[in-house]
Amino acid sequence: MNKAAVKKPESIKISYFNQKLLTAPYLVWSAAFIVIPLCMIFYYGLTDKSGAFTLENVISIASAEHAKALWLSLLLSFVSTLICLLLAYPLAMILAQKNVSRQSFIVLIFILPMWMNFLLRTLAWQTLLEKTGVINSVLSFLHLPTLNIINTPGAIILGMVYNFLPFMVLPLYNSLTKIDPNVVNAAYDLGANAVQTFLRVILPLSVPGVISGITMVFVPALTTFVISNLLGGSKILLIGNVIEQEFTQASNWHLGSGLSIVLMVFILINMLLTAIFDKNGEGNAL
Amino acid sequence: MKNKTVFSCGKKAGGLLMASALLAISLTACGSADNTAANGEVVVYNWGEYIDPETIDMFEEETGIKVVYDEFETNEIMYPKVEAGASAYDVICPSDYMIRKMIDNDLLAEINFDNIPNAKENIGSQYWEQARGFDPENKYSVPYCWGTVGILYNKTMVDDTVDSWSILWNEKYADNILMQDSVRDAFMVALRLNGNSMNSTDPDELSAARDLLIAQKPLVQAYVIDQVRDKMIGGEAALGVIYSGEAIYTQRENPDLEYVIPKEGTNVWIDSWVIPKNAPNMENAEKFIDFMCRPDIALLNFEYITYSTPNDAARELIEDEEIRNSSIAFPDLSQYDLETFSYLGEEGDALYNSMWKEVKSN
Amino acid sequence: MIKKYAQKIYIALIFIFMYAPIVTLIVLSFNASRTRAKWGGFTLKWYGALFANAEIMQALTNTLLIAFLSALIATLIGTVATLSINSMKRANRALFMSITNIPMLNAEIVTGISLMLLFLTLRAKFGFTTILLSHITFNIPYVILSVMPRMKQLNPSVYEAALDLGASKSQAFFRVVFPDLMPGILSGFLMAFTMSLDDFIITHFTKGPGVDTLSTKIYTEVKKGIKPEMYALSTLIFVTVLVLLLLVNHTPKPKEPKMPGRS
Repeated sequence: MNKAAVKKPESIKISYFNQKLLTAPYLVWSAAFIVIPLCMIFYYGLTDKSGAFTLENVISIASAEHAKALWLSLLLSFVSTLICLLLAYPLAMILAQKNVSRQSFIVLIFILPMWMNFLLRTLAWQTLLEKTGVINSVLSFLHLPTLNIINTPGAIILGMVYNFLPFMVLPLYNSLTKIDPNVVNAAYDLGANAVQTFLRVILPLSVPGVISGITMVFVPALTTFVISNLLGGSKILLIGNVIEQEFTQASNWHLGSGLSIVLMVFILINMLLTAIFDKNGEGNAL
Repeated sequence: MKNKTVFSCGKKAGGLLMASALLAISLTACGSADNTAANGEVVVYNWGEYIDPETIDMFEEETGIKVVYDEFETNEIMYPKVEAGASAYDVICPSDYMIRKMIDNDLLAEINFDNIPNAKENIGSQYWEQARGFDPENKYSVPYCWGTVGILYNKTMVDDTVDSWSILWNEKYADNILMQDSVRDAFMVALRLNGNSMNSTDPDELSAARDLLIAQKPLVQAYVIDQVRDKMIGGEAALGVIYSGEAIYTQRENPDLEYVIPKEGTNVWIDSWVIPKNAPNMENAEKFIDFMCRPDIALLNFEYITYSTPNDAARELIEDEEIRNSSIAFPDLSQYDLETFSYLGEEGDALYNSMWKEVKSN
Repeated sequence: MIKKYAQKIYIALIFIFMYAPIVTLIVLSFNASRTRAKWGGFTLKWYGALFANAEIMQALTNTLLIAFLSALIATLIGTVATLSINSMKRANRALFMSITNIPMLNAEIVTGISLMLLFLTLRAKFGFTTILLSHITFNIPYVILSVMPRMKQLNPSVYEAALDLGASKSQAFFRVVFPDLMPGILSGFLMAFTMSLDDFIITHFTKGPGVDTLSTKIYTEVKKGIKPEMYALSTLIFVTVLVLLLLVNHTPKPKEPKMPGRS
């Protein structure tokens, strides 16, 4: 946050315009395309084929297959989030220290890859990881033991980390650059060593970035169905796969919606977490 | 995919992006000036990669009807879209059991064969006979492609004789087996191996098949649909369950591959053209189907997609004798124990789906 | 010294990780064999075939058109919304921001399905319009969250000064406030454009017959084996953007008053 905003919490208000007129387009839009569609998920999720109220679709999350898929999704997305955090934190710190070419670097590493389609990028990992794939060809050429992770949970985690890493780096980077270098210097002056400075000063100050990075990686990882299909050989059923199949193959929309409601609980937890660190309700604590 | 953070590249990249986007749009826009046809359009919904694009151009040129072409990956994905009626298609190409389901649910229009003279003339009688399994009076569908499901194996990687589905349970080939990622095909394999009908709705038989599939799962490298093709060509797996049409293509790319119809019998399937009841351009749909039944067009399609054609007149036109008499493309069906999928009703479908979920989540 | 090298190596490793699949795709675009499983020698034929492939070109047009239109409309709606949200009372603002967060925090699959259910209920014809509406919906939050921080940084006294100096309200807004918001608006637009371009899941559920974006086209092809033309197209897009970026970076730029986005 720059100093103007810190000193002056009361920012500009464009109340000179007719406020209702300004609010109207977005109000209508979000009602029509966010709120109503969500209500429809609830309607489908809480009714059966005859239209009668039921909790069965939601409760079916407790059935063996669904619970297992959910558990596996939680596990895999937790591990990927952790790996993302561990990989991203040093990177963000290095980037935050350097000032030169930082902007182009961020574009290069995060925006440019997105111009290659997400599905193609994930599929390319298949070509890289396959038993007879690129990586293994190189390894066996060097007489090294081959890597056998395609179609395993490991490959899915790799795919998740690859696809969602940028969304961990950016918030971390942003919160690290906001730390006043004087604060860090003061810690050193007061006799703290590098580890202490990191643990007592830098890490606590970067918590908002950590939290938002976690939410940004965890939710998409929890709900993906594409990565698990492409890199998991369809052998590993995640909760996203179950929902997708209920809609596109089994055509049981009620069950699919019911399971979506369960997913939304986790997303709600996420939103609460964000809200705790975003006390002003402004959505830019990151 | 989501981020709250403002990218710190605002001005530059933004301007650049707009410029490049505009450029790209203007570039592609001139390439795709719509030649709105004088004779209306026909909306075709077909399997992916299931037609020679050349034939669509020819149809548009000859008739002046614009073809709007859409693709689906599985019957199950296609069905709800058609049922919901939100997208009005004129011609669809579902498989046997799905056609039955659509007939039962009153989604299909009866076809006026007077307007499709090429159909009765060119398509072999045995295929009409077979189609009665799902369209008893041959009123709703015109066969387009057919084939069998079998095992494709790599001769350099398999040293046992491959003649039975049971080889897919041989632990020697652990992590070298590709199974079909579709409910009915996967259960077909297990049911036939157990000596049951692949249209069984008997819970005990299905449970046994499910247990068999669960036992097989640790040996399976991946559940795939058409990716079997690329993986087998690349030598990624030793054995794969595959559609006969794909087998011809893969053999061309990798001569080590061999296709076998297992002795326990298999599925012989037919994909046929149908016209949904709510088709907005019924006449154009008939013209399209008739065009696809023309021998020269059917031949083009056969050569492009390599799935067997029921069009006898087209088969006569195949120049390569080896392919014309190929036992993969045109097997002698009398020597196998064959069945065609039939529609199992909503409850049957639900039973299969929940058991399949158990297999996949195990 | 060691630390410096360690840092460089670390960045290089991340780079390799991010770009390994991209290099793979570029290499595949020169593969003469139709299947990705086999190297059939070097060829440029897919680049020629690409431009003759009407389906891919149509999908490209759709993708770019949808990305451009949805980003543009989302930028309009989002910017206006930011102006109004910013001047709301706190409770209202919190409510609005929570609603804004939904499409971003919610699972894409749920967003996609909820929109599909909506369009089905409305008996809307699935196609270009339904995709566009969906993309605008998930793009608006990115715009709002890009513009909002700039909005907060604005110094109200500048606006008031403009008024005092005799500017009309609209003059003051468009001459004083708007230019300050511009970097936020642009990066919001960029973000929205990129998100729309890369989206698959939501498009998958809201698309209709005959209308494909590159993503949905590729997804259909995944099952059948990707056509090499698709690799060629991706390579072209990638190289174009890369070259443009390099050009922009190497042209001397006028001094910027402040670092955009360094908020």
